[in-house]
Amino acid sequence: MNYIEHVGKYFLMLLQVFKKPQKGRFFYESLLKEIEELGLKSLGIIMFISFFIGGVIALQTALNLESPFIPKSLIGFAAKRSIILEFAPTFCSIILAGKVGSYITSSIGTMRVTEQIDALEVMGINSLNHLVLPKVIATVFFYPFLIALSMVVGIFGGWIAGVLTGLFSGIDYIDGLQTDFNPFLIKYAMIKTLVFAFLIATVPSYHGYYVKGGSIAVGKASTQSVVWTTILIVIANYLLTQMLLT
Amino acid sequence: MIEVNNLHKGFGDVKVLNGITTKFYPGKTSLIIGQSGSGKTVFLKSLIGLHAPEEGFISFDGRINTNFTTEEKRQWRQEIGMVFQGSALFDSQTVEENVMFPLKMFTKKTQAERLERVNFVLKRVNLENSNKKLPAELSGGMQKRVAIARAIVMNPKYLFCDEPNSGLDPQTAIVIDNLIKEITEEYNITTVINTHDMNSVMEIGEKIIFLKNGLKAWEGSNEDIFKTDNEAVVDFVYSSNLFKKVREAYLNETK
Repeated sequence: MNYIEHVGKYFLMLLQVFKKPQKGRFFYESLLKEIEELGLKSLGIIMFISFFIGGVIALQTALNLESPFIPKSLIGFAAKRSIILEFAPTFCSIILAGKVGSYITSSIGTMRVTEQIDALEVMGINSLNHLVLPKVIATVFFYPFLIALSMVVGIFGGWIAGVLTGLFSGIDYIDGLQTDFNPFLIKYAMIKTLVFAFLIATVPSYHGYYVKGGSIAVGKASTQSVVWTTILIVIANYLLTQMLLT
Repeated sequence: MIEVNNLHKGFGDVKVLNGITTKFYPGKTSLIIGQSGSGKTVFLKSLIGLHAPEEGFISFDGRINTNFTTEEKRQWRQEIGMVFQGSALFDSQTVEENVMFPLKMFTKKTQAERLERVNFVLKRVNLENSNKKLPAELSGGMQKRVAIARAIVMNPKYLFCDEPNSGLDPQTAIVIDNLIKEITEEYNITTVINTHDMNSVMEIGEKIIFLKNGLKAWEGSNEDIFKTDNEAVVDFVYSSNLFKKVREAYLNETK
């Protein structure tokens, strides 16, 4: 199957996904489960990575500012910009594409090869809507909170790193954070997050839903889904940056 | 009653079903047999509406399934129970949740009413006290019984089973066969079973259809299958020495 066929099949899948759920209460229960599975269970890893990468960004910026004419507050400013613009929305999404994407593909793929999806279809349930829509809604609504938390924790990690190493003072760092604050950049980061969240839920679902074969096929599909989700996030990141910031 | 008329189905250039015509009656257990690749699974999947026919039609009590409106199709789906080869239980749900799933999706029953019905069907398949277990905690035979309970929980008019005995020991296989036959008669269900198990053929085959190259090569009951001189059926059914001897003994006895 060539790429254009895959793209067509992906959009046809979305048409089935975005239909009214057959039973509202059932959908609500699934949604809560998915928020826990795809969002809350990712909280720990995202916070951990954000804290340490925030620290590393601040340290590297400090170590590269050798000129005494450059104010130390620039460290906080640079760390804030790096974390808000790129690290939190883009790199955390790539991490989530690996963690959540492989989970989505393998769980839906296993349902496919063990005929659980056929069982849903025989019962008269729109299996795509039933399985994928709660995942899309869960990621699109929850990831902005996750990424916002990642921003806060990352910036805090930078502050802790400076205070512990003595490379810059906490006051300089906070001064840098407050310098030239542009709320649009938060909006830009959140728009990116929404698009990436959509990709993280739908691309792995596509790979899982249409898997053919057995356990090896599910494993291959999981790998492929992570690769393709990452590629699409990187492309979408470039296009959104060009559209929103230039 | 299910009526299949001149059913054709293929995938690309490969023709799998080449014009099957037959009928399945309520209260009777019908078996589809044939070699691997003869079209049994495609036939069964066509019956349950997972494959659309290329030519011909399938009617359910006079209603042709390809002519259904969306609402009629939804209604028809609820009249169908299906037992899959690997049971196809939802592995993240307990036995109770699996069996309750169709009731939650399609009925307006209260939780107490749903639970009552679930306990009733679980008792019917001799699976009490397993409500809170996950499918992974059950044996193959128990999983099949849960699958049967889920298939009958909505009081289906039509029950389809794809190799219900695969992977089961002979004793458990007979228990499952008898359970399906009892349920079929008790609730007057039209049951169609796809099988490779010759024990099932002999035990519960009130109507047997032998498929070869996508065509109905033979049709009869488990009594007829002893007497038939259809070469393809004899080669397939009596391929083991045990069944050859059983047939010889039967023919000698009825001479």
